[in-house]
Amino acid sequence: MRRERLFRNLLRLAAWLVGLNVLVISITLFWGASPTLRHFGLGFLWSSHWNPVTDEFGALPFLAGTLATSFLALALSLPLSLSMAILLGEFLRVGWLSNVFKSLVDLIAAVPSVIFGYWGLMVLVPLVREAEMWLMPLGQSVGIEIMPYGVGVLTASLVLAVMIIPNTAAIAREVLELVPRDLKEAAYSFGATRYEVVRSVIVPYARSGIFAGILLSLGRALGETMAVTMVIGNTNEMPANLFAPANTMASVIANELAEATTAIHYSSLVAVGLVLFLVTTVINFIGTYIIKKMTVQA
Amino acid sequence: MVTTAMPQPVRPVRREQQAPAANPPAAPLPETAHVRTDNFSVYYHDHPAVNRVTLTIPAGKVTAIIGPSGCGKSTLLRAINRMNDFVPGARAEGQLWYCGQDVYGPNCDPVELRRRIGMVFQKPNPFPKSIFRNVAWAPKINGYRGDLEELVERSLRQAALWDEVKDKLDRSALALSGGQQQRLCIARAIAMQPDVLLMDEPCSALDPIATAHIEDLIDQLKTQYTVVLVTHNMQQAGRVSDRTAFMYLGELVEVDATDIIFTRPNNPRTQDYITGRFG
Ligand SMILES: Nc1ncnc2c1ncn2[C@@H]1O[C@H](COP(=O)(O)OP(=O)(O)OP(=O)(O)O)[C@@H](O)[C@H]1O
Ligand SMILES: [Mg+2]
Repeated sequence: MRRERLFRNLLRLAAWLVGLNVLVISITLFWGASPTLRHFGLGFLWSSHWNPVTDEFGALPFLAGTLATSFLALALSLPLSLSMAILLGEFLRVGWLSNVFKSLVDLIAAVPSVIFGYWGLMVLVPLVREAEMWLMPLGQSVGIEIMPYGVGVLTASLVLAVMIIPNTAAIAREVLELVPRDLKEAAYSFGATRYEVVRSVIVPYARSGIFAGILLSLGRALGETMAVTMVIGNTNEMPANLFAPANTMASVIANELAEATTAIHYSSLVAVGLVLFLVTTVINFIGTYIIKKMTVQA
Repeated sequence: MVTTAMPQPVRPVRREQQAPAANPPAAPLPETAHVRTDNFSVYYHDHPAVNRVTLTIPAGKVTAIIGPSGCGKSTLLRAINRMNDFVPGARAEGQLWYCGQDVYGPNCDPVELRRRIGMVFQKPNPFPKSIFRNVAWAPKINGYRGDLEELVERSLRQAALWDEVKDKLDRSALALSGGQQQRLCIARAIAMQPDVLLMDEPCSALDPIATAHIEDLIDQLKTQYTVVLVTHNMQQAGRVSDRTAFMYLGELVEVDATDIIFTRPNNPRTQDYITGRFG
């Protein structure tokens, strides 16, 4: 009886510690950001000027950089990760090839992000530079300025796209495997083809789980710091197009926090962190809401 | 994470020993034979679950398949529309004809075949979609050109479910009771406009009232469909079927008109089973 209560209290304590942790992080962020928030107000969000020399600070370029790279990465990776999930969750469930693919997906998740950044620098940047050289005249003729830097929004998105594959692929595969056998059999018994069963029975049944996987991928992309910092070009301006160098919220903090000399610069970086925290939280809330709605309908 | 074994069309179940080309399967079938097997076996790996069964299923009649658990009833039923293709390690031997077509021959497209043979499963398994979309599912994927709403209504009426659901067609099928769900599954199978309806213990999850509903239904269905009904319920077989096949350990012991099977069967084992002397 007493041990029972002790055990329960320990669990409760742990839960409170976790909750407290979130609270402390939020307070720290607000605290650190408050000089900036007081000085610039909400305009901090709309302003696209970030100039530590003149002490002008606005988060818009980084907000844009984060959203652009994350959603582009998601768009690039979903065809691959969902195909992988459907292949492994339905078509190729057992056998050595299946195991090889599953291990490879897991391996991607295990690669440290600095390695991805390095790979991006060594492999993707030269490739993108080539592509940009090639596209430059075309861009000029339609009035888009493309500079062959190799680094930029596109490169960062490509690196992110690969990094976030496992999140969607692994979760989507697991939920696809959970689709009840008798539903599939019913569908097949009506003369449905494999494709029809996947499209109109399996995927709809698993969609809330698939969406959860996509959300995890997005969360990872929004917060990814190291790899992005290494290949995005670190420019504190609104990116003019996909080929332009930029910064994300995470990458600007990683870049400048150690060198911030003025209090307002430091505080503005913390404020960027606060915005990042809010963006991920809001997207998570929306996602959870959508998952709930999907599940209720099913 | 628990993973259930899923239907995997590993490779089509093909007949192992083909009759030599010089000796083609005895041609014209009697008008009335809808499905016919000849020395037909189904193996799971090396174990024969259906062993050399020769059986004729006449058109427009209800044929019941009875026998103790594990005797191969479901396996035989699922062989007719080649659902065993999805079971790894399953293979068929001997001959099975549907409307004179060699089901396990090289020219049979199982997808095409399944469009003409409806199946109702032991456990109600509606799709997690609306009632309407459940019934409309098969016609839709099969490219039905007529009036879908009319077809859905007609199918639901035939399945004796229309009056209970006509006001909530867009509600989830999962909100129906078990008996309603099973009737929905029957409607879903009928909507495909098959000519054979395979039912594998369709009432085993139902209460007596729902069971009575479905038995009435089967009685009406036989005017339009050939029904093959697997059941553990002797009374049910007696009530609704025209012919009864008794299987034991994978073999067909005896098949005859239902009243003969239930009153004066040829084989003492049939007698024993029907009177409950073994199970
Ligand atoms: N997927 C499978 N893999 C291997 N063996 C199987 C498989 N399905 C059935 N069997 C075996 O085949 C035999 C016949 O099974 P089947 O399901 O056809 O029996 P049944 O007559 O329908 O039984 P029940 O009345 O319990 O449903 C059994 O011995 C069973 O163990
Ligand atoms: Mg069975």
